[in-house]
Amino acid sequence: MTTDFDIAVVGAGIVGAAIARLLGGTSLTVALIEARDDVGDGTSKANTAILHTGFDATPGTLEARLVARGYAMLGDYAAATGIPVERTGALLVAWTDEQLQTLPALRGKAERNGYTGCELIESDEVYRRVPALGPGALGGLTVPGESITCTWTTNLALAIDAVNRGVTLLRGRRVTGVEVGPDATRLTCAGGDVTARWVVNAAGLGADVLDGLFGHARFTVTPRRGELFVFDKLARPLAPCIVLPVPSKAGKGVLISPTIYGNVMLGPTAEDLEDRTATGTSERGLAFLLDRGRELMPQLLEEEVTATYAGLRAAIDRDDYLIDVDALHRYVLVGGIRSTGLTAGMAIAEHVGGLLGEALDLTPRPYLPDPPRMPNLGEAGVRPYQDAARIDADPEYGRIVCFCERVTRGEIRDAYRSPIPPADLDGLRRRTRAMNGRCQGFYCGAQLAALSGSPGDFS
Amino acid sequence: MIERVRVAVVGGGPAGLTAAAALARRLGDGVLVLEREAETGGIPRHSDHLGYGLRDLRRFVSGPAYARRLTSAASTAGARLATSASVTGWAGDRALEVTSPDGRRVVEADAIVLATGARERPRPARRIPGDRPDGVYTTGQLQQLVHLYHRDIGKRAVIVGAELVSWSAVLTLRHAGCRPVLMTTPDSYAPFRLTGRVAFGVPVLARTRVVAVNGRSRVTSVDVEDLRTGRHHRVPCDTVVFTADWIPEHELARTGGLVLDAGTRGPRVDTGLATSRPGVFAAGNLLHPVDTADMAALDGRHVAATVLAHLDGSASVTAGPQLNCEAPLRWVAPQLIRAGGPVPVRGQLQLWTSQFRALPHVVAVQDGRRIGSVRLPWPAAPGRVFRVPFSLVAGADPTGGPVTIDLAGFGHSQRRTRRV
Ligand SMILES: Cc1cc2nc3c(=O)[nH]c(=O)nc-3n(C[C@H](O)[C@H](O)[C@H](O)COP(=O)(O)OP(=O)(O)OC[C@H]3O[C@@H](n4cnc5c(N)ncnc54)[C@H](O)[C@@H]3O)c2cc1C
Ligand SMILES: Cc1cc2nc3c(=O)[nH]c(=O)nc-3n(C[C@H](O)[C@H](O)[C@H](O)COP(=O)(O)OP(=O)(O)OC[C@H]3O[C@@H](n4cnc5c(N)ncnc54)[C@H](O)[C@@H]3O)c2cc1C
Repeated sequence: MTTDFDIAVVGAGIVGAAIARLLGGTSLTVALIEARDDVGDGTSKANTAILHTGFDATPGTLEARLVARGYAMLGDYAAATGIPVERTGALLVAWTDEQLQTLPALRGKAERNGYTGCELIESDEVYRRVPALGPGALGGLTVPGESITCTWTTNLALAIDAVNRGVTLLRGRRVTGVEVGPDATRLTCAGGDVTARWVVNAAGLGADVLDGLFGHARFTVTPRRGELFVFDKLARPLAPCIVLPVPSKAGKGVLISPTIYGNVMLGPTAEDLEDRTATGTSERGLAFLLDRGRELMPQLLEEEVTATYAGLRAAIDRDDYLIDVDALHRYVLVGGIRSTGLTAGMAIAEHVGGLLGEALDLTPRPYLPDPPRMPNLGEAGVRPYQDAARIDADPEYGRIVCFCERVTRGEIRDAYRSPIPPADLDGLRRRTRAMNGRCQGFYCGAQLAALSGSPGDFS
Repeated sequence: MIERVRVAVVGGGPAGLTAAAALARRLGDGVLVLEREAETGGIPRHSDHLGYGLRDLRRFVSGPAYARRLTSAASTAGARLATSASVTGWAGDRALEVTSPDGRRVVEADAIVLATGARERPRPARRIPGDRPDGVYTTGQLQQLVHLYHRDIGKRAVIVGAELVSWSAVLTLRHAGCRPVLMTTPDSYAPFRLTGRVAFGVPVLARTRVVAVNGRSRVTSVDVEDLRTGRHHRVPCDTVVFTADWIPEHELARTGGLVLDAGTRGPRVDTGLATSRPGVFAAGNLLHPVDTADMAALDGRHVAATVLAHLDGSASVTAGPQLNCEAPLRWVAPQLIRAGGPVPVRGQLQLWTSQFRALPHVVAVQDGRRIGSVRLPWPAAPGRVFRVPFSLVAGADPTGGPVTIDLAGFGHSQRRTRRV
């Protein structure tokens, strides 16, 4: 069997893209294989986009370690690439005596996780920080390090970086079969088979199925749906920081968070499903969130809803990541990256690199390209429409085509000219914010459909 | 860069263009219209059917023809029309931040007219669950796709809503070869009282609402709930048009800190269309979501007189009583009467009701005293503005408390059945 690549990474979500980027910095040849037509079109596109400190992770777990490490790594990488991050901080709010009594223990847990920034605050301080909270808050715990970011830009930056480092990105290639040979593994894919010496399984919701194709039967992924509301930007002053519930056995609970795009988010729900493609919202889920929202922040419910969506967490039947090297089959499983993978992605890659380093030479290549400079989608930074010098140099940055989100024709053009251009209108949304605003296309939808239908105009 | 003008008009739709034409007759190129689209004209640009211009131009023309006429009237009068020019915020009490391909600039004006219109609530704003497939539109988006970009729409459409604009959607769908198979509306008033009644050749299901949109990549169906029985049934379709359910395009009004009206959600204005901030005025559907284009245009003409009085320093600034309304009335515009101020456009108040009344009896009460009452020969119907002569409240005591407008004969039980 001739071998196309030294390593194939399956799945171009945050985790797969981060791993491919790391491996792409060595002298190995690497493929990044993605079933969908775009990178970051799975769970990595639909989360709450919080850069977690890991304060509430279970101490001693791999997840706790990698979240804390990933927090620092992604923070640095964001500064280098222009991935927007807002250091808003978070506030855990106790609404019952029982919750109030848990707060000191949570602070202790944070300290065991190496996070020492938490402070207990009284009820009036809670209201001073978030005046719009509904009545009944008894006290709170601050987590000043919790931050918000843009999951789309993160995934795209990692994938573009990987491609710039020489990784071959293969989109629209679902792996449906695996044949492990003595020197190489053949991956059967719609759109063309791929052979590689090593395979990394970063297939998210599909990781157990792919694991099964390697002959394992060690875990099952349960899609745990999280539904979310995004409220209008005019609501943003109501949420100066992330408002977290006190975690319970039932999960992390419903939060209210500012988004990096200047909106306010309410969610997520947590509901185990069977269908791994069920990314729709449900009447029950939305009604539940509205009820919670009405208690947490009644004023928020007076504002317009800009979007609703749902993401599926890849939950598995254990309480930690499942990362394992099967040297015999030259195969690595990266599974169960359930609800912290955006934050931990780069640290997961580093960890996988450490494990693989025992079998492969992962010495970094000299003269790696600089990390890509990403367009700023963050509301707190300067956007092209606000940048007089930039518009003077290129008037297309002054031609706004999506009015609600203030996306210019120059940014649309740049997206199509980038190393990983969008495959469809949704891909364009994730790269530019176009059509993500309050009108949802009433004003701009037709023009954007026309622009995305003839991307040749930009090349 | 800073540019100084006498009057800046934000929005080049029927209201803004008509205001600009009237102002430019006095102020010439001291009037600047800032329009974010590549062409002026507002919504009529892409509403390619007859039905425009009756009350303002005394003509009956198509939307695009109407948009062209208003554009040429404003530029002939001497106003400057800046297109692809978005107003993105405020740089002072009467100063606007503007982005266009010509650059980023601040426009300072002696007076500002906000005429930013209204939009239909899209599906997420109506909090309707389900998948997020292609083929789901508002009428505004649908009409641009069909009339400006000549795109193919699907073959079977469900129309959500049964207001004037919904019929406009029907015309556009037919033009595009897409069959409207159902119109659904929670309302039950006279024209649609019979379930399954056919209007314009489209079956109308009154007292129903869409509870889910289905389909992974393209819409395959919607689930419709019968509000009387609670039963759901599935309607196959490849296109869904969310019509009406208007919200003013009020971002600038809000970020500018203007007092808003809780009913219209637009800025609160007096009968001369002055807002709570001196020198800032408003006109069109921003103030009354939603009336027909000719009424927006007449607002434009009306506000021009107030703006000129402000520039001359002869504006009346006396406070006066506020107008409120009671359910089933949802809003009234304008909302403030000033002593010595003008009567409103066409001498009428605009109101919006959520329940049908064939021969409405409207009363006005101030400080516990009935100050006016009128029985109208025309109906009050949901989904369209309902007009009441200003004489209803003309007897209000200028120094008295708020005036409440109510439909007589509405008990409390009915009042509680407000929109949910
Ligand atoms: C509601 C919600 C909120 C969350 N909030 C946060 C948060 O605030 N902060 C945080 O850090 N994390 C958060 N997470 C978690 C985070 O989103 C995930 O951990 C992360 O996106 C996982 O990335 P991934 O690359 O493992 O998976 P994915 O993004 O799902 O990527 C896997 C990819 O593999 C592809 N694939 C699958 N099978 C195959 C195959 N056979 N062949 C080829 N390709 C295949 C898929 O198409 C997919 O693109 C949240 C998750 C959810 C659902
Ligand atoms: C599908 C449809 C069919 C209709 N059919 C009819 C009909 O047959 N007859 C009829 O009389 N009426 C009809 N109407 C109603 C009519 O279109 C409106 O009444 C009329 O357009 C309102 O005028 P306006 O000037 O208030 O707002 P608009 O027409 O909405 O104009 C507002 C303008 O402001 C601009 N703008 C907004 N914000 C900014 C900003 N920040 N910076 C710069 N520019 C900005 C917008 O781009 C827009 O051009 C219809 C409406 C719809 C949606």
